[in-house]
Amino acid sequence: MAPTLEIHVNGRLHRIQADPAKSLLAVLREDLDLTGAKYGCGEGQCGACTVLLDGRAVRSCITPVGSVGARPVLTIEGLANGDALHPLQQAFLDEGAMQCGYCTPGMIMAALDLLQRAPAPAEDEIRRALQGNICRCGTYPRIVRAVLRAAGTATEAGNE
Amino acid sequence: MSEAIDRAARAATDGAARVNGADSVGERGTREGAATHVVAPGVVDTLEPDRHELREAPRYRFALSRRQFLGTVGAGVAVLVVVRDGLPLDEQEPGEAGGHGGFADPISAWLHIGEDGAVTVFTGKVEVGQDIRTSLTQAVAEELDVPPSSITLIMGDTDRVPYDAGTFGSRSTPQMGTQLRRAAAAARATLLRLAAERWAVDDVAQLELAAGRVIHRASGRSAGIGELTGGRKLVETIAADQPLEPATRWTVAGTPLPKVKGPDIVTGRHRYTSDMRLPNMLVGKVLRPPAFGARLASLDTSAAEAIPGVVVVRDGEFVGVAAPDEATANRALAALRAEWETTSSPPSHRDIFEHLRRTASGQANGRGGPSARGDIDAGLAAADERLEASYTAAYIAHVPLEPRAALAQWEGDKLTVWTGTQRPFGVRAELARAFRIPEERVRVLVPDTGSAYGGKHTGEVAVEAARLAKAARRPVRLVWTREEEFTWAYFRPAGVVDIRSGVRRDGALTAWDFHNYNSGSAAIRTPYEVPNVRTVYHPADSPLRQGSYRALAATFNNFARETHMDELAARVGMDPLAFRLKNLRDERLRAVLEAATERFGWSRWHVAPGRGIGLACGVEKGGYVAACAEVAVERSSGQVRVLRIVQAFECGAIVNPDGLRNQVEGALIMGLGGALWEAIEFEDGRILNPRLSQYRVPRFTDVPPIDVVLLDRKDLPSAGAGETPIIAVAPAIGNASFHAAGVRLRSLPLVPYGLWVAENP
Repeated sequence: MAPTLEIHVNGRLHRIQADPAKSLLAVLREDLDLTGAKYGCGEGQCGACTVLLDGRAVRSCITPVGSVGARPVLTIEGLANGDALHPLQQAFLDEGAMQCGYCTPGMIMAALDLLQRAPAPAEDEIRRALQGNICRCGTYPRIVRAVLRAAGTATEAGNE
Repeated sequence: MSEAIDRAARAATDGAARVNGADSVGERGTREGAATHVVAPGVVDTLEPDRHELREAPRYRFALSRRQFLGTVGAGVAVLVVVRDGLPLDEQEPGEAGGHGGFADPISAWLHIGEDGAVTVFTGKVEVGQDIRTSLTQAVAEELDVPPSSITLIMGDTDRVPYDAGTFGSRSTPQMGTQLRRAAAAARATLLRLAAERWAVDDVAQLELAAGRVIHRASGRSAGIGELTGGRKLVETIAADQPLEPATRWTVAGTPLPKVKGPDIVTGRHRYTSDMRLPNMLVGKVLRPPAFGARLASLDTSAAEAIPGVVVVRDGEFVGVAAPDEATANRALAALRAEWETTSSPPSHRDIFEHLRRTASGQANGRGGPSARGDIDAGLAAADERLEASYTAAYIAHVPLEPRAALAQWEGDKLTVWTGTQRPFGVRAELARAFRIPEERVRVLVPDTGSAYGGKHTGEVAVEAARLAKAARRPVRLVWTREEEFTWAYFRPAGVVDIRSGVRRDGALTAWDFHNYNSGSAAIRTPYEVPNVRTVYHPADSPLRQGSYRALAATFNNFARETHMDELAARVGMDPLAFRLKNLRDERLRAVLEAATERFGWSRWHVAPGRGIGLACGVEKGGYVAACAEVAVERSSGQVRVLRIVQAFECGAIVNPDGLRNQVEGALIMGLGGALWEAIEFEDGRILNPRLSQYRVPRFTDVPPIDVVLLDRKDLPSAGAGETPIIAVAPAIGNASFHAAGVRLRSLPLVPYGLWVAENP
């Protein structure tokens, strides 16, 4: 029988039964039905599974759930405040920074990590920070613009 | 104006009908069944001409009857679009001999306006990131004068939408977009007529329809469009010649509309197939052979079956497991003890090009058949400079970020499968065949999908999930791993192109002899004026499974042609732009070439050490593209860095400028990968680099500043735009590299290991 673990996701405490080696991505998707984080490669190469762990972007597909401990996990589902979108979410809409949208949740979470560390990043800084996230539809220039836009908005809004 | 558009549309469809008729001679059964490229001037190229557009025609079509369609909606106005003779749906599916005639229900799309004013549109097209959901919504909103928010599109649900061959070949905008505009225009006319009757207004022209209401200004009366039927269900059937708004008067279409499902995507709420779940669902896994062509010699399933909750299926060569969760399914898969037999030793990526030449079967006949004019030898004899060169392209993978996925459920003998495919009806046919059940007992639904790029035409993952679900007697979801996606899908074909050409000292082409081996015939014909020309596509034996890919062979054919044109320009000492313009009469192609070079500053560029500029242009599927690139070559490593790209694109009247720009940029960026690094490596029937850590796709820092120039031709019908913008970037970069360093790059990818390796392989 798999052991019982406690995990804090999007401000809620969940008790789940899972092998500690199980990936955080699988726990989010299978046990919690939070499917915003996506499987794309399973080797931490594409960034589609990006979530924040204790405020920092991690690849949840290669993060064993047993390593999470009491640290809070934030997924794309926990980003909006009710119906009010986070400035990054709004910026992705405003810039049309998506096509199929499969990479979008991971992009937004990776960008959130960046903006929390560097509230007014330069374009190059954005590109380097998001280098580990793949968009096969090729919307990279729009994503950069969306992050720049959110950085402006986020400052005004006091970053949440 | 609208007459001109109608004429053009009719000419386009006439062309399609003609070629389609020629096709029904029955070339399709042979492997040479590819198409010639038929382009009438100023008219959308109506055919998807390449055999590599992987599509097997469904053997049967049990289309829904009109009653079945209409039974699913309540009172209101319904408009069915009927495709008349000569405008068959098969024009999207040129491979199918016999045509659509004889089938009872040639409805291609329909829409319904409910009593609450809600507009529902039913179409077999699917959304895979090209944002056709948004631009079709826009087209309907424009014709019907209702807000886009009141429109819902039901897409790719085989139980609810009319038959559609699939979403490929850049057909959705010119074809489905036009048909839905017609349906909406007919609905609008019906609504105005109803209002005129109700208010006893003699002249419909006194009525206006705006923002979902019909208004009679003279009397001050108005009514919502849903109220006008008074509880009745009115059904109208329309044909193809409904008048359309000319593009110059578009108000909603032609302006940016944000992505319809954008809010669901940025919040993570949208469920792709791989995110879906059903009660009691199991997770599936399939046992893959260690190499292509390997046969299962023996299988011991006992250890896997001993794991609680696991179902093991062996059915012929198919072996799979289903388990309550992913980890258990993986454990069960690992517990299967299989022995495999491999026999042949197929070619590898090192000797693939020799292999393709060696196995080439003369030349394609029929629709892929050779085209010739004049006399090549005479043309070569008349030339001052003659050039022979060969070009190659590696197999590449689509790498859709969402791998193939399906969720299958049996209810009695009725099968329902959710899956990300570009061909819902094709997948329905595959499922019906696989399980020997009639198509009406199979329902395929396509949730908006995590991209495809021509890579999701087939339904193997749906068949696999359904087989497991049948054995487990529970719903099964199967999501391919990235490695499976890299290995068991299909690839853009590898190919070789040989060109012999002749040119006079003044830059006029005299001979053009072009042979493509294996990669396909899309955009194979030169758009340049040349008196003696021969163009031949030679099918060959591909060791890897190959199929559709964004723009198909147009990318490689254009790469070879535009590189060769650059070589010829250098031979006669002409500027590459002047050389092209001298040999080019096609006004639309000249226009994009001039727009791109003007914005780029082609003639004002100053020589800088280690830097170079290059250009390329091309036409395909009614889209005209030209790209200019500036590169820097690093002396020591030979690395080529793309500094900037300007690309001009024209596809007739623009429907959604922002969506179009997004497609043009996206195609160009995707094209950077195939241009610079992407190549599938394989030997002994195994893919050697089936991971994202081993196969390089474009990332953020690979993307140079990109400037897209869109030419809006409101006087011309809209063509699709998802594909053609990919075909100019590789030759532009290759030509710029030559300009910078004097090394001619004749292979795709251009510089996987740097320029100096390309020079001395």
